[in-house]
Amino acid sequence: MTAITVPRPRRSRRRPGDNRWTAGWIVRRLPYWFVALFLAGAAFLWIYPFLWMVSASLKDQMEVFASGLGLLPDNPIWENYQRAWTEASFGKYLMNTVIVTVVTVVLVVVRCAMAGYVLARYSFAGRKVVLGVLIATLFVPTGYTIIPVVEVSQRLGLLNSLTGMILALSGGAHVASILLYLGYFRQLPRELEEAAIVDGAGFLSLFFRVMMPMAIPVTATVTLMTFLATWNAFFLPLVFTFSRPDLRTLSVGMLAFVGENSIDWSGMAAAAVISLLPVVLLFVLLQRYFVEGIAGAVKQ
Amino acid sequence: MDTPTRPGRSRPPRHREQGRTTLWIWLFLTPTVVLYGVYTVYPIFASYWFSFVEWNGFEETKTWVGLRNYREVLADPLFWSSFKITALFTVAAVPVKVFLSLLVALLLNSPKLPLRNLFRTAFFLPVVTTTAIVGVVMQIVFDPADGPVNQLLMKLGLVDQGVNFLGDSSTALWTVVGVYVWKWFGVTLIYWLAALQTISDEVYEAAEIDGAGPVAMLRNITLPLLKPFTIIITLLTLEATLKVFDLMLTMTNGGPFFSTEVVEIYIYRWAFAATVPQLGFASAAAVLFGLFVCALGLLQLLGIRAARKTGGSR
Repeated sequence: MTAITVPRPRRSRRRPGDNRWTAGWIVRRLPYWFVALFLAGAAFLWIYPFLWMVSASLKDQMEVFASGLGLLPDNPIWENYQRAWTEASFGKYLMNTVIVTVVTVVLVVVRCAMAGYVLARYSFAGRKVVLGVLIATLFVPTGYTIIPVVEVSQRLGLLNSLTGMILALSGGAHVASILLYLGYFRQLPRELEEAAIVDGAGFLSLFFRVMMPMAIPVTATVTLMTFLATWNAFFLPLVFTFSRPDLRTLSVGMLAFVGENSIDWSGMAAAAVISLLPVVLLFVLLQRYFVEGIAGAVKQ
Repeated sequence: MDTPTRPGRSRPPRHREQGRTTLWIWLFLTPTVVLYGVYTVYPIFASYWFSFVEWNGFEETKTWVGLRNYREVLADPLFWSSFKITALFTVAAVPVKVFLSLLVALLLNSPKLPLRNLFRTAFFLPVVTTTAIVGVVMQIVFDPADGPVNQLLMKLGLVDQGVNFLGDSSTALWTVVGVYVWKWFGVTLIYWLAALQTISDEVYEAAEIDGAGPVAMLRNITLPLLKPFTIIITLLTLEATLKVFDLMLTMTNGGPFFSTEVVEIYIYRWAFAATVPQLGFASAAAVLFGLFVCALGLLQLLGIRAARKTGGSR
């Protein structure tokens, strides 16, 4: 089992004698530039829907369609954003999504780290049972558990509340995160603990002051994966907000907006931009970690 | 997974200390046991119980009806149709996704390729975006009269009038497959890039010295070494494909005429979207679907085990 976020080895094969920009070098590189050109076309096609959406959010209703594939609006109409933000409550939905996501991520990281830690480094009665149950339920789809989840939330008085949504989101399938922590903690050397215990560390300070700081790479991966899953969650927020429109998250709000307002296309585009912008920005800033995290989870 | 644990300490701790440690261990497990118990373990068993009752969700009363729900689900042609559509969707999307992304990963893996990080970002971008919102935006993009896709097709002279991609039962499923591949392409791409990273540069350098060209290297080194990963990546992709709910619901809502109704939408429709919810009936469908996914999951574990055996390393 490898560590999760080992920096990728640089694969550059340039050697000291390798002169750049000589005729021979350029000719040798030519095929690569052709491939790059082909990929550039594909990549543009890939991000085109986003560009189109941003441009549509700045056009008026007529222009959205009149201008067809064109990306530049005649003169940008920022009102669309104002309409989506206040009238269509996307400001509120953004707030709900941020609250739900942040609390869920914190809960998932803390509980998965604690569970992964004790499962990895202690042998105790019941350990095999806990592990067995976790692994046996690794594949359970949301569609399978959703009805009892709603039922039990209702009985606990948590349906139609953000608390209920957060608990359901952080209580469900996060087995993969526990297993990531487990794998990481298991390969740490035992001397670490021995040294800490000699220094007088108890159970808690061993975990918080020695183990958790060591596990920052896994924590980053779990944080990002949970963040993505929660920010994008749809099924649970949908059924948890049936009778409370003010608690909708962005994705549920977007669906409702279309249902109520299927002619306001530029408003919809603005709402979509509001919904996607935070996560896209975060991704662009942290993209290396996103990618390494997913790759690391597979390499295991 | 079940290798014996090495206890944290080498010296046997004193009795009282051990008791305290056990207490801490279970305190650490409490959040997981409670949350997981309430939101995953309980629902698994409750689904079975609900599948044997008639219950509309509004009232407390649940009437025991035995196997009637199962008989009704199994007799419902729409249930079988939803199963078939889920299978069709998977069979169409998985190979395209797996092989297309392998191709791009092979190109992107070349260290001499300019702008490779930029390409990686571009292909990964749709992955981080909210599926439900992408689904709604795609409704606009594929609009029969004015959407950009139809405008492009008309401008190129490929069609005379707009194609109703999502409103026509013969094209709706394939349109969603296309969007699905676009949306999740980046994940499979990253899987492949991770797999390619496990092949060390020295192997290629040795082959270069032996005079092997790029095609020979691909055929004799890269593809054979990727083989064990193929099973894992295909199974991961397959499992994810079964959860197409968000995209499907927001793009087509299962329509037109149930032609894109996958199993999760079928369950959702009976449990939450019906005027009189049939939670018992929906639970029976959910149990059948859950058993199916679990069977696939088991297959996945066996597949990974087999792959590890043939792959040797890892």
